[in-house]
Amino acid sequence: MATKRTNVLPGFNLTLGFTLAYLGIVVLIPLSTIFFKTFTLTWPQFWAAVASPRTIAAYRLSFGASLAGALTNSVFGFIVAWTLVRYEFPGKTLVDVMVDLPFALPTSVAGITLTAIYAGNGWIGRYLAPLGIKVAYAPLGVAVALTFVGLPFVVRTVQPVLEDLDKEYEEAAATLGATRMQTFMLVIAPALIPALLTGFALAFARALGEYGSVVFISGNMPMRTELVPLLIMSKLEQFDYAGATAIAVVMLVVSFLLLLGVNMLQRWSSRRLGEAQDA
Amino acid sequence: MSIELRNISKKFGDFVAVDNISLHIETGELVALLGLSGSGKTTLLRIIAGLETPDTGEVLFHGEDAVDVSVRDRKVGFVFQHYALFRHMTVFENVAFGLRVLPRKARPAETEVARRVHELLKLVQLDFLADRYPSQLSGGQRQRVALARTLAVEPKVLLLDEPFGALDAKVRQELRRWLRRLHDEIKITSVFVTHDQEEALELANRIVVMNNGHVEQIGSAEEVYHHPANAFVYNFLGNVNLFHGRIENGRVFLGDTAVELESTHAHAHPDETGKAVLYVRPHLLEIVLQPNGKQTFPATVKSINPAGPQVKVELVAEWGDMVQVEISHDRYQALHLEPGANVFLRPKEQKLFVYQI
Amino acid sequence: MPESVDYSPKNPATEDPPIVRRALISIALAFMGLFVFIPVIAVFVQAFSSGVGAYFAAIVDPEARAAIRLTLMTAAIAVPLNVGFGIAASWAIARFDFPGKQTLLTLIDIPFSVSPVISGMLFVLLLGVRAPIGGFLAAHGVRIIFAEPGIVLATIFVTFPLAARELIPIMQAVGSEEEEAAIVLGAGGWQMFFRVTLPNVKWGLLYGMVLCNARAMGEFGAVSVVSGHIRGHTNTMPLYIEILYNDYQFAAAFAVSSLLTLLAIATLIAKRFLERRVVPAKPEQDEITAKVAA
Repeated sequence: MATKRTNVLPGFNLTLGFTLAYLGIVVLIPLSTIFFKTFTLTWPQFWAAVASPRTIAAYRLSFGASLAGALTNSVFGFIVAWTLVRYEFPGKTLVDVMVDLPFALPTSVAGITLTAIYAGNGWIGRYLAPLGIKVAYAPLGVAVALTFVGLPFVVRTVQPVLEDLDKEYEEAAATLGATRMQTFMLVIAPALIPALLTGFALAFARALGEYGSVVFISGNMPMRTELVPLLIMSKLEQFDYAGATAIAVVMLVVSFLLLLGVNMLQRWSSRRLGEAQDA
Repeated sequence: MSIELRNISKKFGDFVAVDNISLHIETGELVALLGLSGSGKTTLLRIIAGLETPDTGEVLFHGEDAVDVSVRDRKVGFVFQHYALFRHMTVFENVAFGLRVLPRKARPAETEVARRVHELLKLVQLDFLADRYPSQLSGGQRQRVALARTLAVEPKVLLLDEPFGALDAKVRQELRRWLRRLHDEIKITSVFVTHDQEEALELANRIVVMNNGHVEQIGSAEEVYHHPANAFVYNFLGNVNLFHGRIENGRVFLGDTAVELESTHAHAHPDETGKAVLYVRPHLLEIVLQPNGKQTFPATVKSINPAGPQVKVELVAEWGDMVQVEISHDRYQALHLEPGANVFLRPKEQKLFVYQI
Repeated sequence: MPESVDYSPKNPATEDPPIVRRALISIALAFMGLFVFIPVIAVFVQAFSSGVGAYFAAIVDPEARAAIRLTLMTAAIAVPLNVGFGIAASWAIARFDFPGKQTLLTLIDIPFSVSPVISGMLFVLLLGVRAPIGGFLAAHGVRIIFAEPGIVLATIFVTFPLAARELIPIMQAVGSEEEEAAIVLGAGGWQMFFRVTLPNVKWGLLYGMVLCNARAMGEFGAVSVVSGHIRGHTNTMPLYIEILYNDYQFAAAFAVSSLLTLLAIATLIAKRFLERRVVPAKPEQDEITAKVAA
């Protein structure tokens, strides 16, 4: 059945068997329960949970804030990646190492820290309050937290592509008379767009599902600062499993579509920009 | 446009890439910078282009100092070894690039751009590929597109960095001939970098042989091949045999036989004693069956390769060195050579190059 | 490529004007400062805001210790299991061809794209007291949800892709020649594995372990759902921090947070150190013989 790449190496059945068993127990069975559970709902029940005003408000905030965070990261993350690859400056290694902090830091730690900083009496919040800008317990705070969460994604997807970009292309453009700005817009940027889009999509997807970093700073006010993951949690705490499941299914479908989009994007870009073999 | 380089030097860290080189290139010439990796040839080319700044020295285009002229204002066409075609643009867009980035006032209308692009693509015989992407082209096609792209902005100088290095042997030969014809047609001042001496000998009006950052010799193909200035040049261009001999009281010996030196390239002083190295080209040695008074050296045939325009015979000289000799097929038939045969070698021209070590 | 490396910072064609450079660096530093450095500093400042004594009191508090213990135990179970999975999966994927490989890879990536809350919820649905399997187990006195086993399971789910994702490309990059050579020289399967395979992927293995561990100890959302927040019993450190914070014990919350922050920083340093060594060079034939024969 399986054409082994080599007949010599042992362990195929053992490793594949173990892998499938593990996956089955840890992933597939739990995942399938969600769909089974969904089928126990009637359409009206499903619809009530998924399309209630409270849920719609949560969708809006989740998508809006995640989008804002991902866009912010796309711009500034790109700049961070650019400076890390192209320039020298004191503290560069430190910055490079710390880019991954949002990955490594537990989300609840991030959550309480951001809240403390941006609360009305916090380190930054206290300067914004007199200006009427409310960050903690407001949508803006959610966007800030989601920006934090997505920070490494754009930087780490753009960085390797930038590093691999051969300087010869820029030199060629220069010999052909292009200014630095023209070279950037016409030669460098197009080569980076796929990576940037991928980073954006990853940051967006991560932000959509984020819980720990936002549960503190948002304040969880239904219809105002409630996000979809918080809504799900809320329903679980009230043992409304049906409602929670319904909303979760919608989120899963969206995440799946995003993942699919990212995969397609990567395949398209490698086909378009990849080096062909010499004929 | 003529190019003048005066006292150019360039270091990278501790590594001296170019060591005080001066060079003059006439308008319309096709000059080769020939040397091994690390000889400084690519660095020199990039200095001419403005892609590197020299530590000392001047670059003059048509007599005018180019030191403050940035690379984008120098109007040099640069062809890279790996083409550097913009992967996300079609062939057409690549060639049009230089025209489209011109400042507003100088920029031609799109119709004019299209006309020029197609003209150039026809010149390189690739008009039918205008809508393809570089990844869909073969290596040879990509290089021709790269060339068309540089020609689009009408440069005064064409610089090529090992332009055929990444291609197969056959494609390389075709493109070489093609470049020669192109240069004859357009007559643009061209400088190209190569480590392939065959390529340099075939293409260039003049060859600049470089080694370790300085110039060993500048001359036409004929000059550097037949009248090498020193051992390096002799060794680098064409095949060569290397003999180990010795000098005693100013006379050079290979084995037990004294070598008569009529060559003007001898570098042995009459009073010296020590080791010597001699160079002879394979086709400048004759194989004879008997010594006949003129200078001959005993050797034993090891192997014979008759496949090719000449017959290649490998021998072991009496003093131990391996020797390669090329003789015509007629001569080979006449000699009835076989492996193991004891014969004599005789230099055709008395042009042994002797170098004391 | 040109035969020299450009040490000189002056590469005219590819340089940006100094103003641009300075502006971009400033923006990058400001952004990183705001979003990364200030929060890190804030953790420690807040942690000591009630004094050093209070800091240590918070850490040695019995409930804190219970949380630390649970966190460590969870990681101690989840990480080896997931690394084991990573080895098995990467071996199967990198060394053999079989139908459905792409699907397998996608399945492995699933926990990454699922919100932690949903991840936890899956286990509640499956193993909660009201669920078929959970009810069955509860009747026999086995509690999973709202007890330690649930926490471990949820952590395993959330962190298992990490080791696998690191190991798969490494197994592929290292190639199977050495292992084939070992087999041909007469090594048994496990011998080959321990003497040839493992040494070659050891850096990638460590890297995956470090990432897996950081995530396992820091997981909050999924664990929050399955834990039931029972103090002293089912609180991991991240959950304990939440409880302290909600109780307005800010300094204590940040004190415990500082421990996890130190872990995060240590993880980042380890990551940096290991990244450099992750793809090994290809050793000679003799080395392989020596490894097998030793």
